Amino acid sequence: MHELALASAVIDTVERHAAGRRVTAVYLKVGHLRQVVPASLAFYFEHVARGTVCEGARLDQEVVPAVLRCDCGNEWTLDDPVFRCPACGEAGAEIMGGEEFLVESIDVVSEQEPACTA
Amino acid sequence: MHRVKVRVVEDALDANNTIARANRADFDAHGVTVVNLMSAPGAGKTTLLERVLADGIDGVRVGVLEGDVQGSMDADRLASLHVPVTQLNTDNGFGGECHLDANMVRSALPALPLHDIDLLIIENVGNLVCPAEFHVGEDARVMVSAVTEGEDKPLKYPLMFRTCDLVLVNKLDLMPHLDVDLDRFLHHLDAVHPDVERMLVSARTGEGVGAWRAWLGELVAARSGAAV
Repeated sequence: MHELALASAVIDTVERHAAGRRVTAVYLKVGHLRQVVPASLAFYFEHVARGTVCEGARLDQEVVPAVLRCDCGNEWTLDDPVFRCPACGEAGAEIMGGEEFLVESIDVVSEQEPACTA
Repeated sequence: MHRVKVRVVEDALDANNTIARANRADFDAHGVTVVNLMSAPGAGKTTLLERVLADGIDGVRVGVLEGDVQGSMDADRLASLHVPVTQLNTDNGFGGECHLDANMVRSALPALPLHDIDLLIIENVGNLVCPAEFHVGEDARVMVSAVTEGEDKPLKYPLMFRTCDLVLVNKLDLMPHLDVDLDRFLHHLDAVHPDVERMLVSARTGEGVGAWRAWLGELVAARSGAAV
């Protein structure tokens, strides 16, 4: 269910940037903390893409690990959702990465010939 | 015909967040504090609201926006308490959206009596995943987690437990009948969202409801104080 809503958000974003051109690939950065199941997102993406410029496009998902940094200087990569610093026990560690849900770039098919530089 | 790479670098939820900010500006203009109330289905959001609204919050005029996939059963329950309740159904989307997003709340704005309320409580669709992703223009996020859901839920739904400002641990009256370890639940909650404010409540007996009522009153006071 979560991935359906997210797939729709991705396609809305891509449609705005595609400006009517056909999209062949979408490059997405997905933070580990977003609880996205890649196979599920791919499934819904294909479904929601039907009838849009994204129909048939490949969805490339790069999973970004969750990295936290504590005031004590400890920096660690999160596997289980435990946000208290394992070194000093303090709360409030800063999340350095892992919250992304970013459309990085898209590949589109352009009807126009590349500008001639000769 | 040739292929072109287009750089986007845009959070896919930016469009929602932009509308959420517009909602927030409209709420601010009317001096209305907004709480987004979230939980799994059946955790007790509506019953807790009934409890709070039955006795009211001192000096605070409350309105409710009820989000449901279908029907108006919750809104009907709350309307009998003589507070303005606006129903928002999500079933005109793809098979019924499982959450409220900023645009759905925006569509309900004209129906909301913003001139006549100080606090708007948005009761989201029961779901522990999607509502956490979609800001709607709220000042605070409150979630209800019933002890019957088990002590492992913070670990299974960290996104939701991390996004809220207050956790209401409900159905405390059922503890004698359950094998649930409350300390273990609180330990997991603290791991996922260290130091998050939490209240142990029972919508059935009314235990802890006064503390939540006071929290809501302070939220409104702090916000109107900041606006002066």
